[in-house]
Parts: sequence; C-alpha cells; structure tokens
Amino acid sequence: MAKTRDLYTEELVLNMGPHHPSTHGVCRLILKMDGEVITDCIPVVGYLHRAIEKIVENRTYAQCIPIMDRFEYVTAMMCDWAFCLATEKLTKLEIPERAEYLRVIMGELNRIASHLLCIGVTALDLGALTPFLYTFRERELILDLFEMTCGQRLTYNYIRIGGVARDIPPEFIPKCREFLNIINPKIDDYEKILTENPIWIARNKGVGIIPEQMVYDYAISGPSARASGVNYDIRKHDTYSIYDRFDFDIPVFFGCDSYDRYRARLAEMRQAARIIGQALDQMPEGEVRVKVTAAFKTEPGEVYSRIENSRGEMGIHLISDGSKKPFRMRARGGSYNHLMAVPEIVKGLKIADLVAVFASLDIIMPEIDR
Amino acid sequence: MELAPIFTWLYNRLLTVGLGLELTDIISLAALAVIVFGFLSVMALFLVWWERKFAGHIQQRFGPMMTGWHGVLQTIADAVKLIQKEDIVPAAADRKVFFWAPVIVFVCSFAAYVVIPFGNGLIVSDLNIGILYVIAITTFTIISLLMAGWASNNKYALLGGMRSAAQAVSYEVPMVLAVLGVVLVTGSMSMNDIVKGQSAWGGFHWNIVFQPLGFLIYIIAATAESNRTPFDIPEAEQELVAGYNVEYSGMKFAMFFLAEFVNMFTLSAVATTLFLGGWNGPLLPSWVWFLIKTLGMVLVFMMFRWTYPRLRVDQLMEFAWKALVPLAFVNLIYVGIMARWVNW
Repeated sequence: MAKTRDLYTEELVLNMGPHHPSTHGVCRLILKMDGEVITDCIPVVGYLHRAIEKIVENRTYAQCIPIMDRFEYVTAMMCDWAFCLATEKLTKLEIPERAEYLRVIMGELNRIASHLLCIGVTALDLGALTPFLYTFRERELILDLFEMTCGQRLTYNYIRIGGVARDIPPEFIPKCREFLNIINPKIDDYEKILTENPIWIARNKGVGIIPEQMVYDYAISGPSARASGVNYDIRKHDTYSIYDRFDFDIPVFFGCDSYDRYRARLAEMRQAARIIGQALDQMPEGEVRVKVTAAFKTEPGEVYSRIENSRGEMGIHLISDGSKKPFRMRARGGSYNHLMAVPEIVKGLKIADLVAVFASLDIIMPEIDR
Repeated sequence: MELAPIFTWLYNRLLTVGLGLELTDIISLAALAVIVFGFLSVMALFLVWWERKFAGHIQQRFGPMMTGWHGVLQTIADAVKLIQKEDIVPAAADRKVFFWAPVIVFVCSFAAYVVIPFGNGLIVSDLNIGILYVIAITTFTIISLLMAGWASNNKYALLGGMRSAAQAVSYEVPMVLAVLGVVLVTGSMSMNDIVKGQSAWGGFHWNIVFQPLGFLIYIIAATAESNRTPFDIPEAEQELVAGYNVEYSGMKFAMFFLAEFVNMFTLSAVATTLFLGGWNGPLLPSWVWFLIKTLGMVLVFMMFRWTYPRLRVDQLMEFAWKALVPLAFVNLIYVGIMARWVNW
C-alpha cells in the first residue's frame, strides 16, 4: 500500500504461538489487532499432528490402546475407554461387572484431574500463580491413585478391551475414600480464593459469551455447553456403561461466560466425587477382564460410540472389515469445535480476554491435532 | 549507629589531610554512593530470594533450597549465571536505544535513594524538594521501559512498553495527589521534614492515622507503578510472553530484574517515610525501625502478588481514572479541611 498524505496506520498482525506460554500446547493464532483490541483471529492447527488415526489402522486392537492414550493425554483414561467401548460395541462383548465399576471410578477420577488442571491453568493465565499450585497438589493425589493401580501417571493403558488391565490393589479403596473426603473442602478453598475474588469476577464475568444458539451452531459440548444453559450430558442423555445406576446431577449454568464455565467445572468435580463414592460402595467382587486373545477380531461393521469426556463429547467412529486391525478409525474430540468457535467469541475483545476465553474453554491441542 | 557523624568525620579528615575542597567533595560523595549502592544491591538480591521463599511457602513448597542455607545464595548464583550469558541483540533492534534502556532503568531506580532518609541523619542529600524528586526520578524508569519495548522490534515488547507508559501516566496522578496530602500537612517537601513531622506521640504520630485513604491510594498506585500483580500488565507473561524485556538476555535482563526489586523497595521506603513515620520509633535505632517498616511494606506488596489475578488493561485504566483519582481528590479536600481547622 502506498503511503498517503494522511498518517498511514495499519493493523498489528500478531502471531500468537505456536510457542507461546498460554496457548496450551502448540496452537498458533494469527491475530489482527487494533491496539489491544482483537479485530480478527485465525487459528492455525496441526503443529502437534501425530497421525493417530492412521497409526491405529496398522495396529491390532489391543495395540491401539497405548496410542489412544496419546490421543489426548490429559484424560488418557477416557480415551482408552472410548476406544474400548467402540470395539466392544462392535463385537457385542459383555464385560464383567467389577470392570464397569473400575472404569467409572477411573474415568471420574480422571475427570476431576482434568478439571483441576483446567481451573489451575485458567488462574495461571489470568496472572494468579498460586491457585495453579493448589490444584496441582490435589491432582497429584489422583495421579498417585493411578500410579498405584496401573503404574503410570499420565498415559495409563489401563482400560483394555474386555475390561481393565488388572484389579486395584487393596490399599486403593481407603486411599480413594481419603481423597473423596478432602476434595470437597479443597473445592471450597478454590471458591474462596477465586469465585469470590473481585478481580477474578471482573476478568471472567461477561467475558467470552457463547449464546445458546452458538452452542448448537458449533456443536460445543461438555461443561462449556452446560455453562450456556444447554442441559446435555452423554452420561445422562445417552447412557453408556453403568452411569444409569448412579445418582448425580448435571450442573447447568446460564451465564454463557467464562465465569460460568469455571463454575460448571467446579460443580462437575463435586458430582464426579459423588459418583466415585457411590461406585466404591456398590462395587462387587469378581473378575475384572474377559480373556481376549491376541488374535482378537471384531465383526465386520461400523460403529459410532461416544462418551462424555471432561471437555466435551468424545466419539470414536470405527469401521471394521473383520480383520485383526481396525479398517478405519475417526475420533471426535470436543476441543476442535471449541477452538473453531474462538474467533467468533473473541472478536472485539482485548488480547488479555483471548487468553481467558481460551483457558476457560479448556482447549487441549493434542486432541485437536491428533 | 548513625552514619552521619562518621561521614562528617571522614569529610573533615580528608580536608585536614590536605586534599582540596573539590577533591574532598568528590571522594566523600563517591564513598557515599558506594555505600548506598552496595546496600541496595545486597537488598535487591535479598528481596529476590525472600520473594521466592515467600511465594514458595504460600504455594506449599519450599522455594530455593539447594544453594546455601535455605537457598540464600540462589540469587547470587542466578546473577553469576546471567553475567556469563551471551548478550543477544536482535538483528533488527535499534541498538543504541536497546543498550540505553536497561542502563537508564537501573540508574533511575538507584538514584531515588539520594533523598531517602534511612535513619536519623542517614540521608545522602536532604533536598528541599525531596518527594518531588523521588516521584520524578521513579517515573523516569517508565521512559526506559518504553524505550526497551520500542527498540526490541518485537510486537510483544512493543505492546508491553505501550501498556507500561499508559499505566504509569494513569497511576502517577492519584499517587501524586495522595502524596500531596502529606505535603499539605507537613508544609514541606523535604523527606527529613516529613519524617520529623511525624515524631510526636513518642514516634507514633503517623500520617496513616490521619490519612488512611491517602495511604490506601498510595499503595495501590505504588503497586501499579512497580508493575506488580494485580497491575502487572506490562509484563503479563501469559499474554505478552514477557512484555517489554522479552528480547533482553544476560546482564541487561538482570538489570531490568534487579531494578524492579529496587523499585519495589523504593516505593516501600517512600510509603514508610510518608505514612508510617519513617525512622521514628522507640528503643531501637532509627535505621532498624526504617528497615522493619519498609520490609513490612515489601511483604504487603508480595502478598498482593501471590494472591491476586491480574486486571485487564482497560479495567486498569478505569480503576485509575474512575475510582482512584476522584478518591484522591476527596482525600485531598478532607486533608485540607482537617489541616486548616482541626490542626492535627
């Protein structure tokens, strides 16, 4: 553009990422800025692409599970679960009662761990460094439980086709109950340090509005949808596993903003703790796994199964040709839809709000790039 | 222990030895500068360590533990590391401005101590416009932040520099108005006179008792002035990676970093002098009282930092202009009325 006689100004194009401390992975956002105000935002994905869906085609079903751990490593348990559920649906495999309970316990523990991470990181992104350490302190207890069960702290490879890898050690149940006793007071602590904090409210309330219609338009799911007044939870509305046996509520908020997304996560953690408590009470003794041979084959066919992940619907679309390996696998994670909604949400907001919105949607890059 | 007599003795001694008047002046001033600079450097290193320990204990960890007793040597180790590092200048940077920015911030933050009364008679130069001088020289650091942001040729740095300039301009106003309340009561801008004005009641005739609102406005503005949470938007690491100093490394970065802590100490010292009675206090020597009060103020700033989230840039401006400035005017009117008719 030629310089005119008037003072020529141009928009500031800011490349936020891929190496930026608050894009939660390697996300790149091309921002057009008018001073501090964002006029346009283009997300660029793919920096973390590992071709998981293709790798899966070249492995036997049992070998797929460790790969699925890496699909989205914040809630690896649930990724395993989603894949196993799809496979079992395809073969119509019944799994033992105790294994179902163990899956629910592990899945809900993982949900709490994931929400703790999200809340801590949101606080960190808003400049409050201390709550991050507090939430990680509690997350550590969950990771200890996982380590005790399957020897791993991040990528578990615990939920297997036909059940779970092994039974829990005897000291698991008392430790887990101990954790359930402390998590609710700890959540109260977070409420004290964040929910009632005037700066926290000023930064979150009314920021990053997702109206109800936008939830449908972008297929936003999970706590982010429930914070916009959409009462939709796959655990209740398309029940899988044994979730129909537990008494729990679905927290729905109507603020549509970052603040309510944060509150929805807090409330969900309390509900997850409730579910774990009931599961521990009801859990029967018995086998934890149906023997599945190395030459395990599914029926030819196609299946879509979905679970409620900590950040939205996690679906596995599996096509089998009857061989030992999946013919095609396609996974759906909640974060992708959330990221695609970000440009529309942040237009006209400040750059500091972008960080807050990004964190409040709990976007995890490996789930998007796969 | 008072340093002033020693200084006078040294001065007279040098004169009697037979050095000229000018040379004596230069030598004795240089000696003073070295003493103040040495004290502040050690204090800044200590404050970095203290903040890390304090933050650690707030966050249920220990902070530095490995270097020395409870990690006391950690900052020195860090400083040594930073000195050894390669000094990187971005290819497209404005080299001169890039070089001078940390120098100016460093010099300005130390220069403020010329008029700080560390104790009874422990003052380098009792300027009759002392407080005005402090405000002027600490504001000068903002120019260097802007220089750093501009010269780095980095968009994050530029945004950080711009933010710091906007912030300083906004918060300077309520800060000066709050200080004005004290000046109004004391009737002098000399730091020594301000301290002596609070020496009644056995050293507890503090200005904070009569101007609590002024004190509150001052510490809020001071937090903003020193770029600390909840007003640390110029260096908001989650938005701007590191803000104005993102391109700095090695010794230049260390200068920014140390200057930040010296600045925090300055603002605490000024708050002590203006509102907390300065070095006044019973029993203990005056400089001990000064240090206790100042470090107490530092602790308050640290507590802010490790408990609060950060404000957004527009909320920051709104807070300054819509809340603090009107309140500062109210405070000033109140102080004026009280000083005229009630006569504290």
